[in-house]
Amino acid sequence: MSVNMKATKIQNLSRLKAQKALLIVAFLSVPLFLLIVFTYLPALNMIRYSFYRWDGTAPTMQWFGLKNYQILFSNPQYLKVMVNCLYYLVGSFVQLFLALVIAFVLSFKFRGSNFFKGVFFFPYLLNGVAVALMFLFFFQPEGTLNTILRFIGADNAITLWLIKPVVNNILLASISIWRYIGFNIVLFIAVIQSISSEIYEAAEVDGANRSQILWLIVLPNIRMIVGLNLILAVKGAISVFEVPFLITRGSWGTSTFVIKALNITFGANPQYGLGSAFAVVLFAAILVITSLQKLMIRED
Amino acid sequence: MIDMDSKNKHYQLKRKSIDLLKYTTLISMAVIVILPMIPVFFGSFKTNYEFYSTSVWAFPKSFLNFENYRIAFTQGNMLLGFGNTLLIMVVSITVSILIGSMTAYVLQRFKFVGRKLITSLFLFAALVPTITLNIAIFSLMAWIGRNMGIQLINTRLSAIILFSGTDIITVYIFMQFLKHIPIAIDESAIIDGAGYFRIFFSIILPLLIPAITTVVILKFVAIYNDFYIPMLYMPKSELAVISTALDNFRGPYGSQWEVICAGQMITILPILVIFISLQKYIYKGLLIGAVKE
Repeated sequence: MSVNMKATKIQNLSRLKAQKALLIVAFLSVPLFLLIVFTYLPALNMIRYSFYRWDGTAPTMQWFGLKNYQILFSNPQYLKVMVNCLYYLVGSFVQLFLALVIAFVLSFKFRGSNFFKGVFFFPYLLNGVAVALMFLFFFQPEGTLNTILRFIGADNAITLWLIKPVVNNILLASISIWRYIGFNIVLFIAVIQSISSEIYEAAEVDGANRSQILWLIVLPNIRMIVGLNLILAVKGAISVFEVPFLITRGSWGTSTFVIKALNITFGANPQYGLGSAFAVVLFAAILVITSLQKLMIRED
Repeated sequence: MIDMDSKNKHYQLKRKSIDLLKYTTLISMAVIVILPMIPVFFGSFKTNYEFYSTSVWAFPKSFLNFENYRIAFTQGNMLLGFGNTLLIMVVSITVSILIGSMTAYVLQRFKFVGRKLITSLFLFAALVPTITLNIAIFSLMAWIGRNMGIQLINTRLSAIILFSGTDIITVYIFMQFLKHIPIAIDESAIIDGAGYFRIFFSIILPLLIPAITTVVILKFVAIYNDFYIPMLYMPKSELAVISTALDNFRGPYGSQWEVICAGQMITILPILVIFISLQKYIYKGLLIGAVKE
């Protein structure tokens, strides 16, 4: 009897083992297939294309060596789009600072604090196209902004906002803040509220005022998350795409690195090689920034 | 005693002025957030003549003029867009929940050769900037269409594949959650004679519902708002989704901004309703998604 039971047990165990192997293969096959075919294969192709001259449809690709990279780094038109990213970089620093202050204020529960949190967060959920159209209308000649300016008598300030160089980039970066700040606010509120309330109480007993609490207690405690968000801001700034693309399509000097890459690739005169070189440079930059981020985390 | 009183009064006064400053700042910021939406809301109820002859701030003659909404829904393809978005969303979310939870289950529960490698493959893939990867994905899909006879470009399948694909956030959320489901549950089921497949589908998956909610929210927001993938891979007008349908208004309705306004309201209202009713879950879901970074 007991020998029999042992035998079934062993049988069961080997059945389970076989099943386990089957499950691992079955469960991982689809996700791995998708990962390899639609992420790794294109990523490798992208690197390969960047050494060729190719319009995307011709049966043969022409070897181009490092020329695409040379063009990328020497054509002033392409360097300009890298400079444009600085507007968004500065914008995201402003965004983080504002978000931090607002989050600090909102992290103390008071009448209406949830309402404000909701209002600030809502734009983050909006469809990018709706946001773009809203601001196209906002900056139109007879649009929202100029109407307000006329109403307050500032007729002199009225202009074609989205066409004016420099100004348009600043506006686009501001729209970015408008759209994304809510996310940082919600994130920072959550982090600030996770700081133990005893620390606050002790500080208040010691007579610290609000700004002292912010600088001396809150900031050091959330240093890590702020640092991470600064790094994310850099990553975000070099890969800015949606807001300027949807509003101006990159016209009037508002193109960014990613818009340029996609226009070069899918535009009227498709150049897959050069577009891929752009993509590879972006990828390399992201990798460098990510390793810095990893280093920072390790040090902490 | 008197001293204490005056100190208290001083303190209260200070408190009040801080409160005043706080509320003025918050209210003016809230105004900046809401301001651009109001003329869009008003405009969506105006007739064409009314729209171009009145100030953007003027109330519409009637808030019951739904003509622009009708045009946006039918001629503007918004109804079609909702249908396509919904279809793509339901399929991609289902697929990504299934493969995400399966991947997480295998990687979290079992030790096997190649486990580390596979985990790093998922992690490293997250670093590739997805938007520029489209350059190579597009030519790959075109190649598959030419050489393998599987048309992906200009089909909903292209978007479904790209949205259900393998993103580490989904896997990460499920793995985090699985850590809190004790292995003893799996073990006792095995003693009761259940196989691994049964354990996963009838025990683990139901326990993952809170994580599934999070994934649904994250994916919903991402798919509802995505513009570039449908624009690039599905330019055919019958395949318009919400965002591409709305973007197409720019040309033909360029002189009918009241219709464009209605189109915007149509995309905004469902999100507003969902946000108000699911606020807590949305905050939570997006924060969990953010932790991964």
